[in-house]
Amino acid sequence: MSENLSRRHALKWLAGTVAAPVALKAAPGETEPAPPAYPQRYTLHDPDFSKALPGPWDKLMTEAELKTTTALADLILPKDEHGPAASEVGVPAFLNEWISAPYEKQREDGEVIRGGLAWLNTECFKRHAKPFEELTTEQQSAIVDDICGLEKPKPEHRIGAAFFKTFRQLCLGGYYTHSATWKGLGYIGNISLGGPYPGVPQDIIEKYGLQDVA
Amino acid sequence: MPLLTDRKTQSQYDVIVVGSGAGGGMAAMILALSGVKVLMVEAGRNYEPATETPMFNTPEMAPLRGDRTPVRPFGHYDATIDGGWQVPGEPYTNKAGTEGAFWWWRARMLGGRTNHWGRISLRFGEFDFIPKSRDGLGVDWPISYGDIAPWYDRVEQLIGVYGENDGIANAPNSSPGVLLPPPKPRLGELMAKKSCKQSGVPIVAAHRAVLSQPLDWKNLPAQLFPGNAKAQEIIGKDMMLRAPCFWATDCIRGCSIRANFQSTTVLLPPALATGNLDIITDAMVREVIMENGKAAGVHYIDKKTRRDAVVKARIVILAASSCETSRILLNSKSQDKAGLANSSGQVGKNLMDSVGTTLGAHIPALENAPILNEDGAGGLHVYSPWWLVNEHSKLGFARGYHIEMGGGRRMPQMSSFSRLDQTSPGIYGSKLKEEAKRYYGASFSFSGRGEMVPNKDCYTELDPQVVDQWGIPVLRFHWKWSDHEIKQAEHMQQTFAELIEGMGGKASPKSGRDAIQRPGEIIHEVGTARMGANAGDSVTNQYCQTWDVKNLFLMDGSVLPSNPDKNPTLTIMALAWRSCEWLMGEMKAGNV
Repeated sequence: MSENLSRRHALKWLAGTVAAPVALKAAPGETEPAPPAYPQRYTLHDPDFSKALPGPWDKLMTEAELKTTTALADLILPKDEHGPAASEVGVPAFLNEWISAPYEKQREDGEVIRGGLAWLNTECFKRHAKPFEELTTEQQSAIVDDICGLEKPKPEHRIGAAFFKTFRQLCLGGYYTHSATWKGLGYIGNISLGGPYPGVPQDIIEKYGLQDVA
Repeated sequence: MPLLTDRKTQSQYDVIVVGSGAGGGMAAMILALSGVKVLMVEAGRNYEPATETPMFNTPEMAPLRGDRTPVRPFGHYDATIDGGWQVPGEPYTNKAGTEGAFWWWRARMLGGRTNHWGRISLRFGEFDFIPKSRDGLGVDWPISYGDIAPWYDRVEQLIGVYGENDGIANAPNSSPGVLLPPPKPRLGELMAKKSCKQSGVPIVAAHRAVLSQPLDWKNLPAQLFPGNAKAQEIIGKDMMLRAPCFWATDCIRGCSIRANFQSTTVLLPPALATGNLDIITDAMVREVIMENGKAAGVHYIDKKTRRDAVVKARIVILAASSCETSRILLNSKSQDKAGLANSSGQVGKNLMDSVGTTLGAHIPALENAPILNEDGAGGLHVYSPWWLVNEHSKLGFARGYHIEMGGGRRMPQMSSFSRLDQTSPGIYGSKLKEEAKRYYGASFSFSGRGEMVPNKDCYTELDPQVVDQWGIPVLRFHWKWSDHEIKQAEHMQQTFAELIEGMGGKASPKSGRDAIQRPGEIIHEVGTARMGANAGDSVTNQYCQTWDVKNLFLMDGSVLPSNPDKNPTLTIMALAWRSCEWLMGEMKAGNV
């Protein structure tokens, strides 16, 4: 069970958004007062798994925010020998979906992300009079190095540092939950195998000294 | 799978079964296979596992990469549809003065909660039926382990359970040949086993309702249904169509190849094949109706039309889930004010859940481990049965717990990389990908599932003010853990910390009070209409027949007098099968 679930918030959200009033619809040919129709299927509560279902909520990011998001996500997870770039597996769109979702956790992240994107571009404007995505990779890295948390951030970079931490964590989650990244990560499941489950090969059992329990 | 949702019913049935989960599904199948005409009434919607199971879907096809949300608490692909701890339009309340808000999980779907569960199928042991005789707390069951053991065998053979006979006290063996071979342990599970060995904690093959190989469809039907040629034919054909596990995908999504057990894939298809079962879904039962002191049928709200309706039968079986069954009894006021079958005053009392807590940690030895396919059986391969059965006097709390565990390279989730905040701050670019690969799958966690002792502060009753969207009075809960559960959770945390350290990890155990999970969170709630040896202090006899109404039976978790650490589903099915065989004898003898 998720430690993130707050029942109070769940209730609040359900009360506000999902528990829509039952639609009153007259059935044809009814002489007595028509009973209300069965409520529509709640798409989030009762999803149709045969359809890919992006969040059924409006996306909040502006085009400019998406551009900055794309540039920063690709700096954090670039295309290289380990796999595709973040933008190639939809991480910017995912971040937009995430920060727009109507749940408490996502709303909190959304405030950090949108405020942070604005902070980042102001910082870029001060240094180079350009938004982040128009800087050279070296210029981008110089700013990110100030907020990435490798060293204790200066007081004027604290907001940027809090933003970067949340942004990086969401990028990692969004990136590695895309099946196109799994090979580079070392996940080789979700494939049907015939026969008995193979278990751990003998050489690995020996390498880890597990012969007496295998 | 043909499901009868055209809402046509016959005017008279032998038996009405309310609910389609473990108890209701089993009851309906056993009765239908024996020629009894059965109507099943299910509050949730129709559900077709063959087309609605997203077994191989990947996270990028789901909202928020499939992450857990308040409306999908186990993630987007969880097989519970139209349900959860909150169901739109179906509230419940907590009574003023309660110490813990009870969380009530419901699944408004055909097959109920058998669609989503861990498939961990542990038999209650010899001691579990006599808890009061052993420590003076709670009540003894009206049956012994020996009474139910043959039914455990049958259920395990029917549904398919992998495991081994380990001869551990109070963790019973199955009869020879009953269990299917368990899958081999994963790397982390072997490391845990090594650590447990140092600590004196046994780790053995888990028992789970997953086919590790095809069922013996040639021989099992004759063993399970001797003298019933039609049942043998139907069950044989159905067993042949169940595929063994192909070691991919999470069981909690459901199983369209029918390798794991759910009522919708294992019980309902053969029951429907008999032609003796009708099912109506979207039918929310409000009360049991009575005529001349006998149950005559049920009154339900047709959710499609919002109209009231009544269906009738000679026998009524409530298997709506523990709390929902009590709710129906309490709402059935035709007999007396306290609710139906409640002359003992025990309906709604003795509500229990499992004691649960978890501790996980990073295991350095698993960093950059060899790349292996660790999906396996979509759940744990090994577990630890309670090993201190005879040492309670030293422990300071009653009853025990078993340990479940997990880790390794499972399908990546949003939370899989949170550790990088601590291990790899400040890193980005290609180096970050190397760090992700290094730490992915290097976590391992232990979860306890323990027995709570029933107490007078944990109960449910009708809320005098609130109704649901169908106009039915809702349940109001009251809860208070006793010291036994808090101390048990503390013991779990200490044990898990020791095991984690034995694996080379660093553990930060919490106090019992901070670590114990919320009441209802483990979703093993049972009790509220317990069985017993006397009408004065229980609601049903050992055959799930209510003392007050001879043709009214309760066949779900509500009748359990205690809640051993073992997950209750297997026992609910064994009791239902046993009770149905007895019920058919009573019907033949003209007693009900």
